[in-house]
Amino acid sequence: MDIDKKTRKIFEQGLISLNRVKVKDIIQELNDEWTPSDIVDNLITPVLGDIGDRWEAGEVALSQVYMSSIITEELIDSLLLTKTPIKSHPKMAIVVLDDFHALGKIIVYKALRSAGFVLEDYGLGASVDQLVRRTNDDDVKILLISVLMLPAALKVSELKRSLPNVKIIVGGAPFRLDKQLANEVGADEMGTNAFEAIEIVNRLTSKVK
Amino acid sequence: MTSLERVSTSIQFKEPDRVPLFLPLSAYGAKELGISIKDYFSDPKNVAKAQIRMRKKYDSDFYFTLFYAAVEVEAWGGGAIFNKEGSPNAKRPFIRKFEDIKNLVIPKVKESPSLLKVLQATQMIKDIAGDEAPIVGVIVSPFSLPIMQLGFDKYIDLIYEQPELFNILMKANQQFSIEWANAQIESGATLISYFDPMSSPTIIPRELYLKTGYKIAKQTIANIKGPTATSFASGRSLSILEDVAKTGTAAITAIETEDITEVKKLAYGKLNVIGNLNGIEMRHWTEKQAEEKVKDLIARAGSGGGFILSDHHGEIPWQVPEEVLKSISKAVNTWGKYPLDWVKDYEYKQ
Repeated sequence: MDIDKKTRKIFEQGLISLNRVKVKDIIQELNDEWTPSDIVDNLITPVLGDIGDRWEAGEVALSQVYMSSIITEELIDSLLLTKTPIKSHPKMAIVVLDDFHALGKIIVYKALRSAGFVLEDYGLGASVDQLVRRTNDDDVKILLISVLMLPAALKVSELKRSLPNVKIIVGGAPFRLDKQLANEVGADEMGTNAFEAIEIVNRLTSKVK
Repeated sequence: MTSLERVSTSIQFKEPDRVPLFLPLSAYGAKELGISIKDYFSDPKNVAKAQIRMRKKYDSDFYFTLFYAAVEVEAWGGGAIFNKEGSPNAKRPFIRKFEDIKNLVIPKVKESPSLLKVLQATQMIKDIAGDEAPIVGVIVSPFSLPIMQLGFDKYIDLIYEQPELFNILMKANQQFSIEWANAQIESGATLISYFDPMSSPTIIPRELYLKTGYKIAKQTIANIKGPTATSFASGRSLSILEDVAKTGTAAITAIETEDITEVKKLAYGKLNVIGNLNGIEMRHWTEKQAEEKVKDLIARAGSGGGFILSDHHGEIPWQVPEEVLKSISKAVNTWGKYPLDWVKDYEYKQ
């Protein structure tokens, strides 16, 4: 049984208008008859996906995308789950390569947490060498990379050569502005909006051991 | 016509001799001189020399005195990271806690080494080039500066959750930005690019922009002693275009993903349109692709003046080959001569 469209719409509108009370009420009502995993898969994940699509279409702003991810992570932490993940998956990490613009990384991190994934946060300003060392030390199998500037995006090719067995998912402005760039640098996947990461990770985690 | 005459005619919504071309080349100047980016920006003579050479080489209609956005952060006590093949980035944001905003010391422009270099480069270009072409200086808007001061995510938190501290920060930033813009004009800048990505509907909804970025732009621009052009750095602008027109700015940038015909139609008579070639895709263009892109853009936006052909971000990437820039320039000279009689028979690409 699916969560009805009207509830999804109200939940989405609540997130976009930063109405924490409204979205909390919806989750609390659903908590009675739905499992946390079902709420994540049938409400939170698809609604975040819709918000991501609407951002790409110019209907909502990045600040609303960011606040939606903050609110859904708060919901996960306070209402649905403790820190225990509800999905089992290979080790994952997320990082901003080469600079200090954290927004995209934070949105993706919180979206993935909201979808039941647990991942290491490697922070900001990482160099290729630092990242290779850390990824190998931690035995990470899926690495999500956020970039703002083209020179950082181009460094992904060096990263991929050094981590041939790690799946690399990229995102950020340069990749959105040039759809060929992800292929050019050898990335395995590219997200055009932060919430696409959920769909990509769902797909990859079923393939990667 | 000189470039200054060409641009002046176009911004009055009249057709000059040809469509003005603006290639915003900043760190690219290091490539022109064959030196490292760090060395390039260490001496304003390098920037002045490269700007003079590149304008001639590519037949561009402007000089561009942006060093890099983080030059302002350096003035505030932050830092910049120099790359080998791209503009320097800002280091980790220097405002670590919201409460630090209350103790910020507003930098004095004429006592900031990083800013003085920009002023010196501007003066040198003015001394050499006189009034042959406009000199475009850049300020990061008071509303967008916190992206580097605080970090994007914390700045959004500040806007929503700490309105008093947000207002204190805006007051400090406005004082700085006005002084910085006017210092550049005193040194010879003709026009100031008001770099304001935070105001774009890509980043914040219009309702929030009207309460924040719009008001700040209106107040700031009113105190800048010269014309401005508002840039959203690859952000959307169409849905707030009418609002931007009321801030007192003279021009607006357009991005590739918004219909330039619609932008031009809405803007005409109120704002000049600057744009909208994709600088990242440009890296791979053949001469033919460059010509097609330029021709199509001129067909859509060139008629009636009020249009300057440029990229859509405000800085051409280092990785764009010289041959592509030459192809763009050649295409502007081929297809951009007024009157644009060929446009009536042009078949628009989808």
